[in-house]
Amino acid sequence: MGTIFHLDIVSAEESIYSGPVEFLVAPAQMGELGIYPRHTPLLTRIKSGMVRIKAQLKEEELVYVSGGMLEVQPDVVTILADTAIRSHDLDEAKAVEAKRAAEEAMRDKASELDYAKAQAELMEAVSQLAAIEKLRKRRH
Amino acid sequence: MAGSREIRNKIKSVKNTQKITRAMEMVAASKMRKAQDRMKKARPYGEKIRNVAAHMSKANTEYRHPFLIERDTVKRVGIIVITSDKGLCGGLNTNVLRRVLGEMRKWQAEGEEIEVCCIGNKGFGFMSRIKANVISQVVGLGDAPDMERLIGAVKVVLDGYTEDRFDRVYIFYNRFINTMKQEPVMEKLLPLTDDKMQASSGSSAQVGWDYIYEPEAKPVIDDVMVRYVEALIYQAVTENMASEQSARMVAMKAASDNAGNVIDELTLIYNKSRQAAITKELSEIVGGAAAV
Repeated sequence: MGTIFHLDIVSAEESIYSGPVEFLVAPAQMGELGIYPRHTPLLTRIKSGMVRIKAQLKEEELVYVSGGMLEVQPDVVTILADTAIRSHDLDEAKAVEAKRAAEEAMRDKASELDYAKAQAELMEAVSQLAAIEKLRKRRH
Repeated sequence: MAGSREIRNKIKSVKNTQKITRAMEMVAASKMRKAQDRMKKARPYGEKIRNVAAHMSKANTEYRHPFLIERDTVKRVGIIVITSDKGLCGGLNTNVLRRVLGEMRKWQAEGEEIEVCCIGNKGFGFMSRIKANVISQVVGLGDAPDMERLIGAVKVVLDGYTEDRFDRVYIFYNRFINTMKQEPVMEKLLPLTDDKMQASSGSSAQVGWDYIYEPEAKPVIDDVMVRYVEALIYQAVTENMASEQSARMVAMKAASDNAGNVIDELTLIYNKSRQAAITKELSEIVGGAAAV
């Protein structure tokens, strides 16, 4: 210890990087941030960009993250990467969209009728089979 | 002979149904594996962000995030209902929706207002049928849940909570136990319960030190908390999807087996009736010959 620390880069959909590293550069909100082992605990947002990772006896590696949070502890560093591009306005727009979709779909329900109908028919066939099976069991 | 053609047609139609159910079974089986993978892959993120959130809430005492504050006046409830988009997966959606309906009745009896956020088509259809107050929805998520699409619907609920429109948020989904067993569950999402704010064992979350927040504490804490809650919801969605695929696989397997049994039985009846017809014809010929 002392010359390396553990780095995890995870997103909600997968684990991107995990292993011991010597040095790390991340695009923090207030500017690029270089981190060596035994850094003070720190929590900050990061912007989208490249994270430079230098592991022992290895070439420098570049990993792209589309923003997220960076958590630093003396010997563990975690990058919680976002899978979506986030900004306050963008989130707001999405929320409005989700609300509108709900209202609209409440009003008209005809669009997916064909699919629903086909599925209902198949459902009926399946439940018929189940009913026959049940009846037969009772008979025996 | 009139009966035998009908029997033959029936056999054909059952065979066609069987082909469909068998194909669906196989599709579900391969999707199930992927869905389970996805569920497992989502875990490390959930664990990490939980540790950060847990530590933060213990260390930073100046600013307590609204998600952590218990409110005493309970007047309105927000619920997030996660169901599948498509049917033919056994009792999966029915079970979870029955649970939702039971809880909703209870709340309504206590005079509480309920607002619903639907993730998945089936739940949405149900909610609009019972005329619940749906405030946001996402349907047609496909096989891989996309965080990007969840954010909007979830934000409506979280905003509702921070703006004091409701004072509790619950989430309903199917927990994946194993391929044969899924369980409808209700979890309290907001305010975050203590067990959700516990760092996993093995992490160094002792009290006594705090992070340096850059640029300042409040926006960073807000960001982490929102992401944490989103991660919880995302995990629930991935679990529900894995449950959906395995429930569908089991349901379709049962349907194919039933169809096979029905076909066997019908074939037997068909053969019997064919034989009866032949015997009858023969005896007629013999009878006719004897008469001459």
